[in-house]
Amino acid sequence: MKTILHIIKKEFLQFKRDPKMFSITLFAPILQLIFFGYAATLDLNLVPTIIYDQDKTVTSRKLIEEFIGSGFFEIEHYADNYKETQKYIEEGKSLVAIVIPQNFEKRIYRRETASLQAIFNGSFGNSSNIAAGYVTKVVTKYSRQIVSNYLDISGRKFIPAGSIDAEIRVWYNPELKTRNFMVPAIVGLLISVITLLLTTLAIVKEKEVGTLEQLIVTPIKPIQLIIGKLVPFVILGFISVSIVIIAMNIIFGIAVRGNVFFLFFSAFLYILSTLGLGLFVSTISKTQQQAMMISVFAVLMPMNFLSGFAFPLENMPIPIQMLSYIIPLKYFINITRGVILKGTGLAVHWPDALALLTIGLVILFLSALRFKKRLE
Amino acid sequence: MNSIEVKNLTKKFGNFTSVDNISFNVKQAEIFGFLGANGAGKSTTIKMLCGILEPTLGDAIVEGQSVAKNPDRVKQNIGYMSQRFSLYNDLAVGENLDFFGGVYGLSNQKLNERKKWVLKIANLEGKENLLTGSLPGGIKQRLALGAAVIHQPGIVFLDEPTSGVDPISRRNFWELINELSSEGTTVFVTTHYLEEAEFCNNIIFIDDGKLIAEGNPKTLKTKYLDKPILEVECSSVIEALVILEKSPFVDETSIFGNNIHIIVNEKYVEEKQITALLEKQNNITVKKISKIVPTLEDVFIHLLEMDKKK
Ligand SMILES: Nc1ncnc2c1ncn2[C@@H]1O[C@H](COP(=O)(O)OP(=O)(O)OP(=O)(O)O)[C@@H](O)[C@H]1O
Ligand SMILES: [Mg+2]
Repeated sequence: MKTILHIIKKEFLQFKRDPKMFSITLFAPILQLIFFGYAATLDLNLVPTIIYDQDKTVTSRKLIEEFIGSGFFEIEHYADNYKETQKYIEEGKSLVAIVIPQNFEKRIYRRETASLQAIFNGSFGNSSNIAAGYVTKVVTKYSRQIVSNYLDISGRKFIPAGSIDAEIRVWYNPELKTRNFMVPAIVGLLISVITLLLTTLAIVKEKEVGTLEQLIVTPIKPIQLIIGKLVPFVILGFISVSIVIIAMNIIFGIAVRGNVFFLFFSAFLYILSTLGLGLFVSTISKTQQQAMMISVFAVLMPMNFLSGFAFPLENMPIPIQMLSYIIPLKYFINITRGVILKGTGLAVHWPDALALLTIGLVILFLSALRFKKRLE
Repeated sequence: MNSIEVKNLTKKFGNFTSVDNISFNVKQAEIFGFLGANGAGKSTTIKMLCGILEPTLGDAIVEGQSVAKNPDRVKQNIGYMSQRFSLYNDLAVGENLDFFGGVYGLSNQKLNERKKWVLKIANLEGKENLLTGSLPGGIKQRLALGAAVIHQPGIVFLDEPTSGVDPISRRNFWELINELSSEGTTVFVTTHYLEEAEFCNNIIFIDDGKLIAEGNPKTLKTKYLDKPILEVECSSVIEALVILEKSPFVDETSIFGNNIHIIVNEKYVEEKQITALLEKQNNITVKKISKIVPTLEDVFIHLLEMDKKK
């Protein structure tokens, strides 16, 4: 235990003297936050949709067919009640819920304005914006069709027909800002960069300079060395997360709605994976430069891509979607988006937390094993 | 008493044998020189003796512990200074000592005592806040040695401790080695500088992983080199060397600075043979020829030649 403390202390002393490392943890997060926050834009192809048809008439069914036929929407589920609809939106399974009220057909035949609800999960920012545009398009088209149909049947002109009004409601992110959607995910990205990159660099540096060999000759056990090396970067990771959360509030006015402790607890679970990956990269790199390249191009970039951080996974090929299930960042971003934007907690996110714990322990265990073998 | 007993130690990397079945003993408190050309297998042997590289075959008992069976126990009782600089350049002198002392489990009181000692031998008293990376080479090496023995091990392994250090610092460093040995620490040292080997109590010499000579410096010179050796001082050294190499009374030639050393055989009678040979055919002027006591370098060049012929 004492030995571990000596290593941790040494690690912090070295960190203090290295201006490069210092700026990676303190300034890089804020710069990245600003960069991503302002630069983020998204596009969207198929909108995952849930439909709650209360009317259940020929007209309402026709409208649903219009939605499907438009090529913009993919119907995930047909709900029977409002609660179910709500759940799909909350959990982000669907981006939009189309609610067709009772008397929808009747109102149209009575030549009144029938209303239709489209509810969005606004945490998806720009995606919601685009999807809202699609909804309006489909509804307007259908509305026009009804009018012209009516004309054909009656053969008369200028008959006032019923029309449809799409009432658009947005939950969680009423301003529909992509930024609000992106910034919480950046918390996940930053903690990856810091814990993974700094851990790898700190280990490979010792290898490069030759001090690792000196450490191996001392009675330090491999497990002590691993713990002593990793703990400082857990702490630094937490410090950067705190900085980002504060900066997020000051710069973009986004506050954490949910429980901050749960957020940090999830961060800890997530860090198990990134530290493990960092340890792994250190066993396959000889120089710091190599370690940097491998970390960024072979680990961080694919991980970001597959996590749904910037591009919605729904638009990707199935194998890639499958692969995303083993990407820990995906689960962590679910949590940060949920906790920060919606205020959700363990009750909603326990599957994410469990996935993080499992993936983290597996990665860390395998990497530690490999690291230990390399030392001997 | 023996500090190290090596028996049939062998290390293979794939098909390549880096250390080939070597056996030797090192006595308590002696300065033991471990010599060999680049790639001879010195570092590999040291790493096995320190318990950080597992032997392919054979074993060594270091301070009573087997390196094959108990590498972790071995680590408690030894100090090691690797071929590369082994302290943290980005830590202050005192921080380095605190770290290594702490890792070896020294109590606070003991640590302070030992720190004082290390600072003294490294000439760094009152300068423990200096950044280690900013120190001059010679001081760094002594600090590294001090750190390697901060826990007062029975034996310390030094892998080429003086490479790249100026001659005065090297001399100071060897004084320190002598001091350690006189206090009872066994010093196991590898070096490229053969004049340094003269300071050792005992020496072994390896080539291509095989042990080819052992003994103290004096016996090495007589045991392995029984023919006379002459030093020739002349102009046009290279031409002279070529001529001498071909002459029937010369067995071996080598260049030492501006002079030529030759090992002669029975056919050699007197100096005139050489002067005549060199001055007759060419315009080489011979300044001086003298019979010399061989240096270790002569012995080792001779041994290497012999090894190659086999
Ligand atoms: N891990 C390894 N894998 C393969 N070959 C190795 C390994 N370590 C050392 N060798 C080889 O073993 C031989 C002996 O190496 P070693 O480092 O022991 O030599 P040395 O006597 O210390 O040389 P130097 O004076 O250059 O330090 C070299 O040919 C080297 O290439
Ligand atoms: Mg070596």
